[in-house]
Amino acid sequence: MPEIGTMRVKSGLAEMLKGGVIMDVTDAEQARIAEDAGAVSVMALERVPADIRRDGGVARMADPDKIREIQEAVTIPVMAKARIGHFVEAQILEALEVDYIDESEVLTPADTAHHIDKWKFTVPFVCGCTNLGEALRRIAEGAAMIRTKGEAGTGDIVNAVTHMRAVFGHIRKLQTLREEELYAEAKELRAPFELVKWVAENGKLPVVTFTAGGIATPADAALCMQLGADGVFVGSGIFKSSDPSTRAKAIVEATTHFEDAHVLARVSQGLGDAMAGLSAADLRPEELLETRGW
Amino acid sequence: MKIGVLAVQGNVREHAAMLRRLGADVVEVRKPEQLDGLDGLVVPGGESTTFMRLMRLYGLDEALRSFAGPVLGTCAGMIVLDREHLGMIDLEVDRNAYGRQVASFEADLRLRGDDEPLRGVFIRAPRVREAGPDVEVLAEHEGEPVLLRQGRFLVASFHPELTEDTRVHELFLDAVREAISVRA
Repeated sequence: MPEIGTMRVKSGLAEMLKGGVIMDVTDAEQARIAEDAGAVSVMALERVPADIRRDGGVARMADPDKIREIQEAVTIPVMAKARIGHFVEAQILEALEVDYIDESEVLTPADTAHHIDKWKFTVPFVCGCTNLGEALRRIAEGAAMIRTKGEAGTGDIVNAVTHMRAVFGHIRKLQTLREEELYAEAKELRAPFELVKWVAENGKLPVVTFTAGGIATPADAALCMQLGADGVFVGSGIFKSSDPSTRAKAIVEATTHFEDAHVLARVSQGLGDAMAGLSAADLRPEELLETRGW
Repeated sequence: MKIGVLAVQGNVREHAAMLRRLGADVVEVRKPEQLDGLDGLVVPGGESTTFMRLMRLYGLDEALRSFAGPVLGTCAGMIVLDREHLGMIDLEVDRNAYGRQVASFEADLRLRGDDEPLRGVFIRAPRVREAGPDVEVLAEHEGEPVLLRQGRFLVASFHPELTEDTRVHELFLDAVREAISVRA
């Protein structure tokens, strides 16, 4: 008998997206631009993070009409965001047959203590993290893909780099510990021992790990890839720039040829203006999105 | 034995790991010149629209057409090799033919001439609509072909690289060895 919704099937889709770019889009036209540029998937949104930041108010799951419009426009997988802990938004997104749900700190959290129990769903989830403990707690809850967080909507790569270094650096540290030391480490990480042990033995997270937040240029994407990301999410960086199609193509090419500086030099030329952006260091603590999630 | 894995995007790592386990040297292929001197090539799963765009940019589509060794294509790899894309294998394939991700599944398959079931992982999988007369079917799922061979081409609509079972890769490497011995 065929089995649906197994962890292998859920994490398997993320495996196929590796080395690719997932782009935030707000309508069918943007979705087609993303697909033509070589995006491996699109994230269907009501507003890109830079606009959520500017407009304020409560940010929620996108309108189902919007999601359907985007699903009809492209053949690549379509993802959509649910608020942290808002399992009913997730149920609705599953009914709409989105291909992945992003339980995302970019939307206003619906629960200040609990994330969604992702094991209950057939559709897979991707979740954000700023450190290894947070990544492993999300995986324990059933996340089939992880993205390290940056500070979404800023066009500033610094926080994405900080969190990738935190996660990948901590994994390397785990590999140097003796087995009996992993118990204390698991307590410190607030993560299940079995997962901590698996990571120590395998030197990576058990699911595909992308990075997100603040990517605005081909060089930013290649930087994330060289630091160890399996692929990148680009939010405001494309459709807040002066020439989205050209920039989208350049970021896709940079993600494939991330180790070839000659290619990176060529694709970085003639892109027009990048999104203006905000310096993440200038944001007040209450303005940060990345600290949401527990 | 030097095997290339097309690495413009997709599930390169698991194919590479499995090929190394079976004793092959693995080269990641992002540009045409990286096909030189390869004994075989794997076109992995991923997004076929992304593959085609990145291949055309660097002339990899033409380079692949003139590659003469055995080729294994899985999922998107099968799509890329079909009549409508590179035209290297005599198949018509429908993309995402089982539906969206919620319909992705795994199931036991029976390899021709082998009693041991093979676990097939199907992710937004393609379906073969039509196969030419020279195509042989090596495995089926619910009466439809999912593993096929045409001469030096072996294609699967599922992902043998996502399980620990090495039989599909061994079948491919057997063909590579045979091609090397014919050449010698």
